[in-house]
Amino acid sequence: MAALATDFTLPLRDFELELALPVEGVVALVGPSGAGKSSALRVVAGLLEPARGGVSLDGCPWNGLPPERRRVGFVFQDYALFPHLSVRGNVAFAGPVGDLLERFSIGHLADAHPRELSGGERQRVALARALARGPEVLLLDEPLAALDAHTKAEVRGELRELLRELALPTLLVTHDYEDAAALADEVGVLVDGKLRQVATPAELVARPADAFVASFTGANLLRGRATRSGELTEVVLEGGERLFSTDAAEGEVGVVVYPWDVSLARSHAEGESPLNVVRGEVGSVFAVGNRVRVKVGPVTAEVTSSSAERLELARGGVAYATFKATGTRLVPL
Amino acid sequence: MRRTLAGALVFAATAVALAFLLFPIVAIFARVPPGRLVAQLSNPVVADALVVSLKTSAIAQALVLALGTPAAFVLATRRFPGRPLVVTLTELPLVLPPAVAGIGLIAAFGRFGLLGGTLSTLGIRLGLTQAAVVLAVAFVSSPLYLRQAIATFETVDPDVVAAARTLGAGPARTFFRVVLPLARGGLAAGAALSFARGLGEFGATIMFAGSLQGVTQTLPLAIYTEFAVDFDVTLAMSALLVVVSAALLVALKVTLQWQPSRPTSRFLFATSS
Repeated sequence: MAALATDFTLPLRDFELELALPVEGVVALVGPSGAGKSSALRVVAGLLEPARGGVSLDGCPWNGLPPERRRVGFVFQDYALFPHLSVRGNVAFAGPVGDLLERFSIGHLADAHPRELSGGERQRVALARALARGPEVLLLDEPLAALDAHTKAEVRGELRELLRELALPTLLVTHDYEDAAALADEVGVLVDGKLRQVATPAELVARPADAFVASFTGANLLRGRATRSGELTEVVLEGGERLFSTDAAEGEVGVVVYPWDVSLARSHAEGESPLNVVRGEVGSVFAVGNRVRVKVGPVTAEVTSSSAERLELARGGVAYATFKATGTRLVPL
Repeated sequence: MRRTLAGALVFAATAVALAFLLFPIVAIFARVPPGRLVAQLSNPVVADALVVSLKTSAIAQALVLALGTPAAFVLATRRFPGRPLVVTLTELPLVLPPAVAGIGLIAAFGRFGLLGGTLSTLGIRLGLTQAAVVLAVAFVSSPLYLRQAIATFETVDPDVVAAARTLGAGPARTFFRVVLPLARGGLAAGAALSFARGLGEFGATIMFAGSLQGVTQTLPLAIYTEFAVDFDVTLAMSALLVVVSAALLVALKVTLQWQPSRPTSRFLFATSS
């Protein structure tokens, strides 16, 4: 597979975007909105001129090339379909239509105009159009953000299949870590124009580089003060709870616990030492697919629907959230 | 009780306002029977003025479209220091008294004007020519087109334009295949407005080009000249201008209701493959 490499600096309004990133396979740029993610895609596409550096494909620099001479397939956030052209016209604008309409199951919509299409259909037209260009690189800006929750799950699966099949260097931008984890081989976390961490989705969850990465990947982030005590580090949280971690740290720290590493109980027997226990009021109970996210005091736990039912968890009740010291990461704040 | 009185007053004010606006127009048609109005149109003064008006307006309009469209596109899509000032300056002829516009044209292109010397070395004399009428008409009517065209180009989604570029279209193909088809409704509306304004041009034309029958005498100038000679002829020409203006207004309203992709509009501009 070809490899895209970016190494450039682009001054934005409030900060400078710096992106030195090799893109082999599917790489997701994630981060809060306004972090410079979309601008990064525009630099690769040649729509924005970086102040320093640039982009190269297989070592061949693209510097100075206008957008129409870079072979990128760019799928814009709101798809940016041509409103005055039919579906076929949109795809044909970029190159030979061939079997693209059938491949994306939009053959029956060939004569329809973009305003007559649903969000999912628009997305497929945008993808077909980008591929009609015969791209060597794919750029996807929030490819799933414009879809409703139901369509999104389905489209995400299709998109993952498609990206695997195309095997093009792909840079995709999303503010949703779950989308990034589902679609990408590697994830770069971009905050205020700087890459905080680049790793596989699994590594990001297992070893978040800092507090932002941890909370962004869906972890609980609790603040506390760490002191070393023997093999374990003891952390006193702002609310007074005492927790233990196998990580070494001293002073102000962020305690990172993933919701799926937390178990819930209605009562707690003292003396089970390897377990951290937080007692709290049940703040919210929120279904996510066949799982339930339950907030107990400052901690969010993710448990199966059946165990949530068994425990009769409801707002206002009291529960104990327990998690192992080995599953408790300490990160600098 | 008080409420009914207020209602009656509002109603009366509306009635007076509408009557005031419509009454003079109705009067043009009411004074002379329609048959005689039509007969007056064969008067050579009227026929000459109609030809001069249509010819100069059409040439001026072509110039305004050819130069104004790229200018409006640049002003709408480029951000540069002093842009608001430049946009405001292009609108100045719109609010300028026509007599001042005429003086300005004389001071610039007249025999003793700033460019007068240059023009006469090139063998160009503008005084009392149709070229002078075209300049006067273009000068007063182009700001209407520019303003509307800038506003229209600003509404074209920049992402759609960027998408065209990433899909392999250079700036020219992007402009003709994407920007222009998306802007055509607004541009046509601007063209209708500026054409109507140009057709009615009086002050700048009479000062800069004079009123020579068959050469520079447009319909408005002929109305003014014939006013002292034959009132029925002026009524006929006025009626003609009312009809043309009303037709332009209706065309404008219809144009503004166009959706960019409605099939009815395909006949005007070829857009898709």
